[in-house]
Amino acid sequence: MKSKAWTEKFMQGVFFIAACASVLAVALICIFLFANGLPAMKEIGFVKFLTGTVWRPNNDLYGILPMIIGSIYITAGAILFGVPTGILTAVFMAKYCPKVIYKPLKSATELLAGIPSVIYGFFGLVVLVPLIRNTGRSMGFSGNGSSILTASLLLGMMILPTIIGLTESAIRAVPDQYYEGALALGATHERSIFKVIIPAAKSGVIAGIVLGIGRAIGETMAVIMVAGNQARMPSGILKGIRTMTANIVIEMGYASGLHREALIATGVVLFVFILIINFSVALLKGRAGKND
Amino acid sequence: MINQETIGSKMKSYLRKPGSLIMMLLVVLASIITFAVLIFLIVYILVHGVPYLKPSLFSLTYTSDNASLMPALINTVSMTLLSLLVAVPLGIFAAIFLVEYASRGNKFLGVIRLTTETLSGIPSIVYGLFGMLFFVNTLGWGFSLLAGAFTLAIMVLPAIMRTTEEALKAIPDSFREGSFGLGAGKLRTVFRIVLPSAVPGILAGVILAVGRIVGETAALIYTAGTVAQVPSSAMGSGRTLAVHMYNLASEGLYMDQAYATAVILLVLVVGINTLSNVIAKRLTKS
Repeated sequence: MKSKAWTEKFMQGVFFIAACASVLAVALICIFLFANGLPAMKEIGFVKFLTGTVWRPNNDLYGILPMIIGSIYITAGAILFGVPTGILTAVFMAKYCPKVIYKPLKSATELLAGIPSVIYGFFGLVVLVPLIRNTGRSMGFSGNGSSILTASLLLGMMILPTIIGLTESAIRAVPDQYYEGALALGATHERSIFKVIIPAAKSGVIAGIVLGIGRAIGETMAVIMVAGNQARMPSGILKGIRTMTANIVIEMGYASGLHREALIATGVVLFVFILIINFSVALLKGRAGKND
Repeated sequence: MINQETIGSKMKSYLRKPGSLIMMLLVVLASIITFAVLIFLIVYILVHGVPYLKPSLFSLTYTSDNASLMPALINTVSMTLLSLLVAVPLGIFAAIFLVEYASRGNKFLGVIRLTTETLSGIPSIVYGLFGMLFFVNTLGWGFSLLAGAFTLAIMVLPAIMRTTEEALKAIPDSFREGSFGLGAGKLRTVFRIVLPSAVPGILAGVILAVGRIVGETAALIYTAGTVAQVPSSAMGSGRTLAVHMYNLASEGLYMDQAYATAVILLVLVVGINTLSNVIAKRLTKS
């Protein structure tokens, strides 16, 4: 009996340690990123690093403002394309879709979420880039097609499943009486949805959008393949741009010394962005849960 | 069937309320765009890639004349197995603790939930940076399959934990009570009664994790490296299929092979995700 009690205790300890793994992982990630990135920021100067507009590692100029702006522009563009399309598609799935085609459509959105980003990037490279290049040229713009617009379109596609999924479940969580009440007051199907249900589902919809922002700002491979990656201040939506994520992957391979640390510091800035976004999602989800 | 609108009366009502008509058209248009884009992407890659699927693509070694994807495919399999070897026991044990052992309202529970949610929101490039700093440099593993596998294991851990947790919670308490009533201890109950009944749910989560591992690129470039051969041990560097695909596309020298590799990668990932869905759906049915 004694050995059995010992095994019970031992395994409980093992389970507990396993449960601590995620806490340990987050702690290690924070420690290693900050410990390797902050000294470089200090050496370059926090303000100079964050607001410097010139990134020229050969001349020891490390300003990541172009990359921060690049990430923000491309994310904003993705939101512009992805959010309206995603929300309207979610409305279709929840309120219009005939039962027969619902299942295949649902699987299709799951499929959209499962496609690896390198495939999206490849698709962008061989389809979107030439498309934007030729359309732009025929309208008299210069540029080789790798641009803010291309990356925004592609990222807009990539965040669709996130937006659709969260919006749809938020819409479904709204009690049917809201919809029925609106109909009874003489509103049309559309008016009931857009004036009553969507406002009631607001928290969930916003959580979806913020999660989409997180996906877009952290996306790496797809953006590298279509954004052009020039480390300079953006000068137009048909011009190329570099994001923070792209900066890390492109230069880490050959960087050393302060240059390498500056790249890790870029990762730190990105990480802080992501932490803020995650925190807002948690807050919004908490609020959405309370409304139920 | 009371108050069922006929198509005619619906049309009339739309004509009277143009605002509603416009919204309805926008909803339909957006949905058509969403699904047309998905279908176009898949068909485009299949149409352009399938003709290049030649036997030479599957030769065992990669040379500059023949950009074979076989080494990358083998690396992908070993990478997946290595990552799962770390992540699956860890994820399942953690979920067991959360569901079976931790008392409700335990403050530590909140901390774990917060950290797993944080983990699932971190982009893969940040995992890649961390893996490079910790496994590759600090632990001195160098660019290796092992460093890549551990990085990916941390990345898929939250997904495995969450699905296992849900699967364990779905097991009715009567199962546990019955087992205790027959004199089984807690541990015996967990391993003999609860876990076996939760296997399909756990499996669906694990397969989903496989899908993410197979499609991952950014977290691997600076942990497992980009060598296009099968390494002799887990401590050697090797590229997986997704990294191989990225390299082919960005070098631009082997576009035909890149199309073909995209087909293989797409079919693999879609197949894996579908399998996970089928298992999860069968679960909810029964």
